[in-house]
Amino acid sequence: MTQNNQGQSPTAMFEKIWPGKIDQNKINVGDYERIGSVITGSVFTLYGLTRKSWLTRPLALIGGYLVQRGMSGTCALYQAFNINTARQGGNTNATLHANRAIKVKRAVTINKPVAELYSYWRNLENLPQIMEHLESVTVKDDKTSHWVAKGPAGITVDWDAEIFREKENEIIAWKSVEGGSVPNAGTVQFTDLGQDRGTEILVELDYDPPVGVIGAAFAKLFGEEPNQQIQEDLRHFKQKMEAGELPTTKGQPSGRQNQ
Amino acid sequence: MRALCWYGKEDVRVETVPDPRIINPHDAIVKITSTAICGSDLHLYDGVIPTLEKGDILGHEFMGEVVEVGSEVKNLKAGDRVVVPFTIACGNCYFCMKGLWASCDNSNPNAWMLEKAYGYSGAGLFGYSHMMGGYAGGQAEYARVPFADVGPMKIPDGLSDEQVLFLTDIFPTGYMAAENAQFAEGDTVAVWGAGPVGQFAIQSAWMLGAGRVISIDIVPERLELAATKGKAETINSTNENVVEKLRAMTGGRGPDACIDAVGMESSGHTPDAIYDKVKMAMKLETDRPTALREAITACRKGGTVSIPGVYGGVLDKFPMGAAFGKGLTFKMGQTNVHNYLKPLLKRIQKGEIDPSFIITHRLSLEEAPGAYHMFREKQDGCIKVVLKPQGVAA
Ligand SMILES: NC(=O)c1ccc[n+]([C@@H]2O[C@H](COP(=O)([O-])OP(=O)(O)OC[C@H]3O[C@@H](n4cnc5c(N)ncnc54)[C@H](O)[C@@H]3O)[C@@H](O)[C@H]2O)c1
Ligand SMILES: [Zn+2]
Ligand SMILES: [Zn+2]
Repeated sequence: MTQNNQGQSPTAMFEKIWPGKIDQNKINVGDYERIGSVITGSVFTLYGLTRKSWLTRPLALIGGYLVQRGMSGTCALYQAFNINTARQGGNTNATLHANRAIKVKRAVTINKPVAELYSYWRNLENLPQIMEHLESVTVKDDKTSHWVAKGPAGITVDWDAEIFREKENEIIAWKSVEGGSVPNAGTVQFTDLGQDRGTEILVELDYDPPVGVIGAAFAKLFGEEPNQQIQEDLRHFKQKMEAGELPTTKGQPSGRQNQ
Repeated sequence: MRALCWYGKEDVRVETVPDPRIINPHDAIVKITSTAICGSDLHLYDGVIPTLEKGDILGHEFMGEVVEVGSEVKNLKAGDRVVVPFTIACGNCYFCMKGLWASCDNSNPNAWMLEKAYGYSGAGLFGYSHMMGGYAGGQAEYARVPFADVGPMKIPDGLSDEQVLFLTDIFPTGYMAAENAQFAEGDTVAVWGAGPVGQFAIQSAWMLGAGRVISIDIVPERLELAATKGKAETINSTNENVVEKLRAMTGGRGPDACIDAVGMESSGHTPDAIYDKVKMAMKLETDRPTALREAITACRKGGTVSIPGVYGGVLDKFPMGAAFGKGLTFKMGQTNVHNYLKPLLKRIQKGEIDPSFIITHRLSLEEAPGAYHMFREKQDGCIKVVLKPQGVAA
């Protein structure tokens, strides 16, 4: 894609429909393929959601994946195999090992003052309350902390993280300490939108899926769709801060118990 | 407790299930004294709304007595008599603060499902599929009410259940439909569907200053009620060309505002049906978007089409050219019930309306499965069924 045809290009269209969702540097799925992804993905999703059978349920997942891939223009698999249909050359933007790193970028707007949100997050030990896959975070000192995440079949994955940059009510940036099993790095940015519009929280996370058993466990943690997992975490943050609780139906009655 | 559970298309049964309990700090448990079957429940009964699971408890129009409250519910206590809005809202998000309660950001635990299909998710709803939150409904002896400090409204003494029950959904839905129709004093309003929602849309159109109200349906006794109680002119679309008839009735101009209180109703509109059609190029089964298409075609230039009727998926053969060519405005959506509780209760207290006029059947909870069938088939003059989980005498 060149600069002068931006007005009409599908990428420009996507930018309009989902502004800010697209990082030009990370796009590795070509324009027309992206439109195809969104359309096919939407139909699969609707169809998959309506037919809860073993045969079609995966369609919703595949559909959701295709939609996400089409919307964001990024495909972790393509990155993993260093396939880039959007432009020449590989992905030069990854913070970690260029092509294998998974990159996630998600935002949420929360109807609360920036200071309240920042201080909740900065107290890292709060995070397991809003992040389902985290078992615990233990703060060791002002900068370093120990993270334990839940994996499938009782496996846990843990690493030490270090805050290497922070500015009160604006940004927290962290990276895993060298030598950990799951190299990862991320930032969370807080932007006061003013005029009672709340605060925008933007999370960017890169991680390098490790190989082997731990790698498989870690991949499961973030699901087939790492964006989705972060989206849920941010949603929980918002629910906790705005509504004071996470909505749930776990533990409610149904006619299933007596079957 | 006993509760009406969904097991599949046209298969609902009253079963014994565990009692609900407080799960979150903003919950309350309500002992249900009256609960109704809604046209929206028929979409579930007909199996056209995806993501229901076998055993789900249905029902979203219910009221009763608070028996227990969670630690964060300060404005209610055991013994209070309340009506419960069918939309569940947190009261604190951007949308709740703007009065767009049905768009609450925080009440749908399965928001991701709707995000996949719709881009963004609306509020959680009682008894209305897992993509709408998967909350157990109120066609039961008891229900758990989340965000109970935000939704339920206490009912003053001296008003019967039947007078206030429909504040939970269909009265506000009809009222919001009339508001959404954005007509001016003296304008002509046409309402497709003379079911409960249509009946309240007709009543509300008068309250908001309509000059004429025209009711369109295919069921004689419903049109009759629209004429007698609703003082509407009527068109039976089985034997009339609705668009032509409306043209003739409005001096060749068309109604100023058109309300679709019919909705998807037929299985031809669900995402899977559309998928099948597109994919396999099968014959179309789309007889029921008739109402919406008619409303768009009949509406005068620059008029408004208000859509309280529920749509779930992808619409086929939508006359976009007509809508564009005539510069129409569309307003629609799940009802922001919370906005209407107090103002409409006032109208009931002042005697401006007694919503119980639409009730044709009062039954026990055990009779619910038969009642669904009767309501769907419009047998026995059925327009609205109220169920009494604590016994019909209660
Ligand atoms: N927006 C909301 O929040 C909300 C709330 C409650 C109900 N609803 C929806 O409103 C709609 C009506 O609800 P209800 O309880 O009155 O249901 P209902 O099924 O009792 O009424 C629908 C009426 O439409 C009539 N009808 C069918 N096809 C028609 C046509 N082509 N032209 C004219 N009339 C036609 C039927 O004969 C029936 O009388 C449903 O779709 C329901 O899901 C929406
Ligand atoms: Zn209803
Ligand atoms: Zn809300």
